[in-house]
Amino acid sequence: MSMFWSLIRRDIVLTLRQGGGAGMALGFFITVLVLLPLGIGPDLKFLQRLAPGALWITLLLSVLLSTDRIFAPDYEDGSLELMTMGPMPLELVALAKSVAHWLGTGLPLAILAPGLGVLLNLDALLFGPILLAMVLGSLALSLLACLGAAITVGLRRGGMIISLLILPLYVPVLIFGVSATNAITGVPELFGPSMLILTAISLASLVLAPIAAAAAIRAHMA
Amino acid sequence: MQAYANPTRFNALALTILPWCVGSTVLLFLVGLYYSLVVAPQDYQQGETVRIMFIHVPAAWMAMATYTVMALASAVAIIWRHPLADVAAKTAAPIGACFTFLALVTGSLWGKPMWGTWWVWDARLTSVFVLFLLYLGYIAIWQAIEEPAKAARLAAIVALVGFVNIPIIKYSVDWWNSLHQPASVFRMDGPAIHSSILIPLLIMALAYTMLFLTLHLIAMRTEIMRRRIHNMEQAEVQG
Amino acid sequence: MTMQLSAKNLVCRRGGRTVFSGLSFTVGQGEGLLLEGPNGTGKTSLLRILAGFGALETGSLELDGADDELTIGQRAHYLGHQNALKLALSVEENLSFWADFMGQPATANTIEERLDAFNLGHLMSYSAGLLSAGQKRRLALSRLELVSRPIWLLDEPSVGLDAASCKLLAAAMMRHMEAGGLLIASTHLDLGLTFTKKLNMGDVAERAP
Repeated sequence: MSMFWSLIRRDIVLTLRQGGGAGMALGFFITVLVLLPLGIGPDLKFLQRLAPGALWITLLLSVLLSTDRIFAPDYEDGSLELMTMGPMPLELVALAKSVAHWLGTGLPLAILAPGLGVLLNLDALLFGPILLAMVLGSLALSLLACLGAAITVGLRRGGMIISLLILPLYVPVLIFGVSATNAITGVPELFGPSMLILTAISLASLVLAPIAAAAAIRAHMA
Repeated sequence: MQAYANPTRFNALALTILPWCVGSTVLLFLVGLYYSLVVAPQDYQQGETVRIMFIHVPAAWMAMATYTVMALASAVAIIWRHPLADVAAKTAAPIGACFTFLALVTGSLWGKPMWGTWWVWDARLTSVFVLFLLYLGYIAIWQAIEEPAKAARLAAIVALVGFVNIPIIKYSVDWWNSLHQPASVFRMDGPAIHSSILIPLLIMALAYTMLFLTLHLIAMRTEIMRRRIHNMEQAEVQG
Repeated sequence: MTMQLSAKNLVCRRGGRTVFSGLSFTVGQGEGLLLEGPNGTGKTSLLRILAGFGALETGSLELDGADDELTIGQRAHYLGHQNALKLALSVEENLSFWADFMGQPATANTIEERLDAFNLGHLMSYSAGLLSAGQKRRLALSRLELVSRPIWLLDEPSVGLDAASCKLLAAAMMRHMEAGGLLIASTHLDLGLTFTKKLNMGDVAERAP
C-alpha cells in the first residue's frame, strides 16, 4: 500500500511545485467564466438559467486541459518504463495516477467552482447540490482523463486526440451532473436518482478506466 | 490461430465472394428503392417526406452494427492477436463513420419538413452524433500512430472503451431528452409499423448490410495490399 | 538454488526488419555479460526485451531457480538512455520515491550511503534540476544499489561520466557480481572490468542477403 501512496504523494508534490495542476486549471476556469457573459450578454436572469450547465462544461474543459501531462512527463524521462517494472500491477499505477490527478486538479476545481458560480449569478439554492455533484463527478472525469492520457502518451498531436477521445465519454457525467444540480429548482425527485447514477458512473470508471489505461500503457511499451 | 488467419487465403476467398456481394447489393437496392420510393404508401401526416425514413433508418442501424463489428474485431485482435482482426476493425471504421454521417444528414433533411428546422436535439439524433464522434476518435488513433502493431492494440482499446460507453451514453441522452422535451414531440417509434412500410424497410436494411459487406471486403483487401507494399518497400530500402 | 537467465534462439523484429535472430546465451549468478557490436545490431533492443518492453518475435527467455511468479523485469534494474529523474524533486526525494515505489523503503541514512558511493552525498538536499548531466547519470546509477534486485540491465551506463565516475560505476558493477548478481551491460567504453562472457551482437545480427 505504501507504494501506492508514494506515487500519489509524488505526483501531488510535483503538480504543486510545477504549478501545472489546479492553479492553471483554475485560471482557465475563471477565464472561461468571464468570457461567457461577454459573449452572451450581462442579463442576470439569463445567466442564472445558464449557470449550472456553463459551470459543468467549464469543469469538463478545465479537467481536459491538464490531461496530457498525466503520463507525458513520466514517459519522456523514462519513469514510466521503470513503473512497469515495479512490484505493483500497472492497473494500480494507473489508479494512483488518476487519484493524484483528482486530488491535485479535479477535486480543488469541484470545490471552488460553485463559489465562482457567483460570477454567473448562480442560484444560492444550487450551491450545495452542485458542490456534491461536482465532487462525485470529477472523480469519473479524472479517471477517464487518465485513460485518455494513457492512450495518447507520446503521440504527436496527443492533446487534440485526447479531446476527441474523452469528451464524448464525458457526456453521461455532464448530463447527470447537470440534472442533479438543477433538480432543486426543477424537479426535486430527480436529485436522488441523478446522484446515484453519477456515483455509479464514478465507481464503474474506478474499476474499468485503470484496467484500460494499463492495457494502453503496455501497448505503448511493447 | 495464426494459420486460420492467412491473409493470402482471405484475399482469395474475398475475390470469390466479392462479385456475389456486389450483385446482391445492386439487386437489393433496386428492389428496395422501388418499394420504398414507389410502392410504399404516403404517410397521412408526413406525405412524401416519410420516404426519407427508408434511407435514414437503415443508415442509423448500420452505424450501430458497424461499431459492433469493429468492437468485436477489436476484441479478437486484442485477445488472440489475430492478424486479420485489426485489419477488419480498422477498415470498418471509415465505413461506419460514413453510415453515421448519412444518418445524421438524412435525419437533418427529414427534420426540416417535420420540425421546421434543420436540426433538433432529439434523443436519437444526439446519440448518433456522439457515436459519430466516437468513430472520429477511433480513426484519429490509427492516423496518429505509425507502428501498425502498436496502433492496432491502442485502437482496439479505444474501440472497446467506446463500446462499453455506447449504452451508457444512449441512456444518459434519453434521460436528458426526456427532461427537456415534452412528450408530444414526434417519435419515430410510434405505434406498430404497417407491413407496407416494414417490408421495404427490411429490404433496404438488407441492402445496406450487403453494401457494408462489399465495401468492407474491398477495404480489407486494400489494407492488406497496402501493408504488403509497405513491407516490400521497407525490405527494398534496407536490403 | 542458484538463479540463471537463459535465452534461446531469440528473434527480434522491428518495423518489418529483423534486428537479430538465433541469439542464445546464459548468465548465471555472479556473472557479467558484455554486449558488443556496432550501432543498430540490437543491443538496446535486447536489453529492453529482457526488461519487458517490446515483444519477442520467437525464442524463449527463462529465469531458472526463481521461486516466485515475478517477471524478469520485476527482478531487474533497467538503466537506459534516460535517467527517470524528476527535476522538481530533490536528489533525496528522487531516490526515496523509487525506493518506496519498488517496495524497499529506505531511510535517509541509507540514501546518503548510496549517494556517497557515487560521490553525490553532499548534494542530497539540492534540487535534481541543478545537477550537471554527469551528476544526473550518477544519481540514476545510485538507484541500482538502493533497491536490491538480482539482475542489472545497463544500456551504456557510462554515458556522460568522467573517468573518476567511470571507476565508481565499475566498482558498483563489481560489487553487484561479487554479491551474486547477474549483470548484462552494453558499453563502448572499457570500464576496466572483466566480464565473464561477451556477446558480439554484430555476429548474430541479421545480414541482408
